[in-house]
Amino acid sequence: MNFIIQFVNSLTSGGGAYQLLNHIINGISLGSVYAIIALGYTMVYGIAKMLNFAHGDVIMVGAYICFYTFGAMKLPGPLAVCAPLLAICAAVVVCTLLGVTIEKLAYKPLRAAPSLAVLITAIGVSYFLQNAALLLWSSSPKVFPSFFVFRSVNEAGETVTLRSVQLGSLSISFVTIVTIVTCVVIMLWLTWFTGRTKMGKAMRACSEDKAAAQLMGIDVNATISLTFAIGSGLAAIAGALLCSAYPNLVPTTGSMPGIKAFTAAVFGGIGSIPGAFLGGLLLGVLEIFAKAYISVQLSDAVVFAVLIVVLLVKPTGLLGRTVREKV
Amino acid sequence: MRKSSSAPFHFLTYFLVIGAYAALQVLQARGELSATMRGMLVPICAYVVMAVSLNLTVGVLGELSLGHAGFMSVGAFLGTSTAIALQDAVPVPGVRLAIALVVAALCAAVAGFLIGIPVLRLNGDYLAIVTLAFGEIIKAIFNNLYLGVDAKGVHVSLLEDTTNTAADGRLIIQGPMGIGGIQKISTFTAGFILILISLIVIFNLVGSRAGRAIMAIRDNPIAAQSVGVNLIKYKMMAFVVSAALAGSAGALFAMNYSTVVANKFDFNTSILILVFVVLGGLGNMFGSIVAAAVLTILPEALRPIAEYRMLLYAVLLIVMMLTANHPLVKAIFNRFRQTGQIQLETDDEEKEAA
Amino acid sequence: MKKKLLCVLLALSMLFVLAACNGGGAPEPADDGTDTEANTPGNSAEPATPDDSATPATPDDSAAPEDGQAELSGETTPEPDTTHAPTPTNNTTPAPVEDAFKLGGTGPLTGGAAIYGNAAKNGAQIAVDEINASDSAVKFELRYEDDAHDAEKAVNAYNSLKDWGMQISLGSVTSKPAEATSAESFADSIFSLTPSASSPATIAGKDNVFQMCFTDPNQGTASAEYIGTQNLGSRIAVIWKSDDVYSKGIRDTFLEEADAQGLQVVSDTTFSDGNATDFSVQLNDAKNNEADLVFLPMYYEPASLILAQASAMGYAPKWFGVDGMDGILTMQGFDASLAEGVMLLTPFNADSTDEKTAAFVAEYEKRFGEKPNQFAADAYDCVYAYCQALTAANATSDMDAATINGLMKEQFTTMTFYGLTGTESGLTWDASGAVSKSPKGMVITNGAYVGMD
Repeated sequence: MNFIIQFVNSLTSGGGAYQLLNHIINGISLGSVYAIIALGYTMVYGIAKMLNFAHGDVIMVGAYICFYTFGAMKLPGPLAVCAPLLAICAAVVVCTLLGVTIEKLAYKPLRAAPSLAVLITAIGVSYFLQNAALLLWSSSPKVFPSFFVFRSVNEAGETVTLRSVQLGSLSISFVTIVTIVTCVVIMLWLTWFTGRTKMGKAMRACSEDKAAAQLMGIDVNATISLTFAIGSGLAAIAGALLCSAYPNLVPTTGSMPGIKAFTAAVFGGIGSIPGAFLGGLLLGVLEIFAKAYISVQLSDAVVFAVLIVVLLVKPTGLLGRTVREKV
Repeated sequence: MRKSSSAPFHFLTYFLVIGAYAALQVLQARGELSATMRGMLVPICAYVVMAVSLNLTVGVLGELSLGHAGFMSVGAFLGTSTAIALQDAVPVPGVRLAIALVVAALCAAVAGFLIGIPVLRLNGDYLAIVTLAFGEIIKAIFNNLYLGVDAKGVHVSLLEDTTNTAADGRLIIQGPMGIGGIQKISTFTAGFILILISLIVIFNLVGSRAGRAIMAIRDNPIAAQSVGVNLIKYKMMAFVVSAALAGSAGALFAMNYSTVVANKFDFNTSILILVFVVLGGLGNMFGSIVAAAVLTILPEALRPIAEYRMLLYAVLLIVMMLTANHPLVKAIFNRFRQTGQIQLETDDEEKEAA
Repeated sequence: MKKKLLCVLLALSMLFVLAACNGGGAPEPADDGTDTEANTPGNSAEPATPDDSATPATPDDSAAPEDGQAELSGETTPEPDTTHAPTPTNNTTPAPVEDAFKLGGTGPLTGGAAIYGNAAKNGAQIAVDEINASDSAVKFELRYEDDAHDAEKAVNAYNSLKDWGMQISLGSVTSKPAEATSAESFADSIFSLTPSASSPATIAGKDNVFQMCFTDPNQGTASAEYIGTQNLGSRIAVIWKSDDVYSKGIRDTFLEEADAQGLQVVSDTTFSDGNATDFSVQLNDAKNNEADLVFLPMYYEPASLILAQASAMGYAPKWFGVDGMDGILTMQGFDASLAEGVMLLTPFNADSTDEKTAAFVAEYEKRFGEKPNQFAADAYDCVYAYCQALTAANATSDMDAATINGLMKEQFTTMTFYGLTGTESGLTWDASGAVSKSPKGMVITNGAYVGMD
């Protein structure tokens, strides 16, 4: 019962509104990271109908590739601004290849197998990537470089590193802004891609009925491979953004955000692209609120409890389509 | 039909368990078991019980559960607490262990019932994510729970230790530090008996009228409902039994180590159990037992290759899944079937897959 | 039908594994079976008497389990024996040493806590190689097994070390696994000196388990005392990790002592494994309560995130850390300016000009490509402490674990050890197994530690 009293107190105490705003901003910055990971999850689930538990680990690989290419690049003066972009591009390329390879070797042979078999294989892939990363890049944490900072010289002649935009006493970090913008762009692009292009239509056809799609002349295998390629490419971008926001990079970096993002995707209605975005943002805000107003220790429990309530009221998530079962 | 075809198979399962137990006891008595093997006997028993109980939910009831470790956690903490609280009252370890296992099963059954009320209304992946959520909630609660016992009774508090346990009492569950100083009263024999009980419970349930209703729900819920099967009731029955068995497995597991923490029973443990079930075959208890034993020993057996061990474990896991589902392997199995030598109970599962 | 065949396949592979695990299992005394089997009433309170579980560790016996494992690995990998391989990149396998003491330890070599286990393993390996190359009469054969920071796997790892014929133990690297393995090594009468498992429960009630690091409560008290006496701050915020024994242990005693010192704790917030990335709520709480000093009883990974996020939100209190924070400067890519002015108590300073430390750091960097942290230094010290104790006790490698156990208990409670960690006056241990180490106050200035006194 203490929680409730504490909750009311903290809402009504001095500066409550300011605090509330502050927490919302922090929640959105956390949520935007979840959202971008959730987009990849939902993409693969929507088309291939499988829970790709290795997605979080592809994110981790993307972040490592980004870290090392960025570190290896020595661009002269003005070109240095492009370095982060090039690093992210390299990560996207590697992750896309990785995603397609994983799909070819591990998931494709199981196309006809029960979905649980694929789930377990995905978990095997996840273990594999984590342990391979441990061997390749060692267990010591890497600090991811700050991509989104600006350096300027103040009146006193000192170099000042700007990490955030100040709005009065509130501050929004550049990473958050970049993540949200990227997220929206990706969401719009995915919506357009799956809705308007030929490949996108083929994807949707495959997600509805693989056999019928094949009869219509759609190359189901190629379509699913493409889905994985896109999902893994998105994972690389997500990895770079995740680590820019929370700069510790270890072989297990991807697993916890992966589970949270999966939750976010279900929250928004798994398979739905705008749903993943919305679910991610809401989950982030919810988590920060639970930490601030209820209890930090129980924040995960609160987030999951809300998820359960949402699913009970709306069993297919916030924006999920309800499919009536026909007899 | 089913009864006659599956009875020999049940017999084979019992035979394997009893045979393995006898063989291991003989080896142990002759001192031929390595310390590693002896150390793993009890956890293997616990994992076997976990696997068969999860198989009841996933294989027989047909609902994917990603939070099975949560029930293990409930059993581990409350069962162990009971054993510690009874340390003076019940001096005989065997009896104390039995009481603890029963209490653990009851507590987990209650948890299963409460969780089942919302969970079993959902379907498919949404049900899976809700069980995952409950697993995480249980973990968070035990990570912040303080439970002390003294002359005045039991004291419980959440988040901060405000139990004010008297000095002559004992603070048993210490939030994130879990339970420490546990007496190791779990034994291989107890684990063996628990496996037998689990098998008897599950085989009898599956073979009964209720079991047929449960499997009818798995195969086609709408058809089952239309012939008057009470969906919630039978789903709940399977779910609660599964939770209860998992609870006692948790208590058995916890009392094999001097310490237990809530973080042990996380999503990864749930997944590990699910791997046993899927690899052993849905609805196939025999397979679950073998898979649980093999996959528990495998990482230990791979120790000589040091840092490559978990990598190889992952590769083996993938290869095993691919092999089991390879068309060629399937064709060989089908040839077996055509000769009609063995009748198996998992036909319906394949229908579901298709 | 396929299930059936799969089952048979699995059963066969189980037999293989069983055979491999036990292939050459060192013959145990016959009555040993009764222990683990059906713990008969009254037997469980005291799991094993020293005699029946102490595996005689003659060279013949200990060779046996390796044969068994080689048999298995022949199936799975072309490389049968990688016992000594320290890390994949630095495979400096030393030549097998004759008459060496078998020294074993468990630690997280994989998983989220892998950095601590690998550091300890590497530090111990350097010490072992140095000793074996020297003219010391005592030689070691080191083996580290992975416990993935989990009590269950730690006991498995410990058992496999026992099968190998471990005579003395380096315990476990992290606290919770150490609690489980120290109970085992007490029951088996194998002497254990843990480099870094600092919780009091690790040594409580076990007369043969010793620590190289100071216990958590010790550190919490010392920190609060330090802050109080040096007037570092008056309004204190504490951010700690709720599911970490280490962090909680320090925080609890810190709060007690802070009270005694008249310090006002204005904010007390936590985080846990699942949400160790975003600290905005905790930092905001500290900021809004106008804390002028933030105490961080945690390891350096989350601490580095906290420093970065505080800097991003423009919050600049004084920071005070604990020994787990040591290592923050060695993180690849870490912006040292974030840690400017951070104070911490640490037993080890990698930038020290001390001759022994400098040599160790140079060797570690050469071999593993990074700077050692205090885990590496503690493990390094453990091996040297063993070397000193075994030499003083005239122990020989053909003694069994129980005999060595008795000798070590005697040595460790009487000897004084001078190592990389600790003070000039040397380290001593009391009968409980706790070390007399006092934390040193350091402050980070220009990216390096500077003594605070």
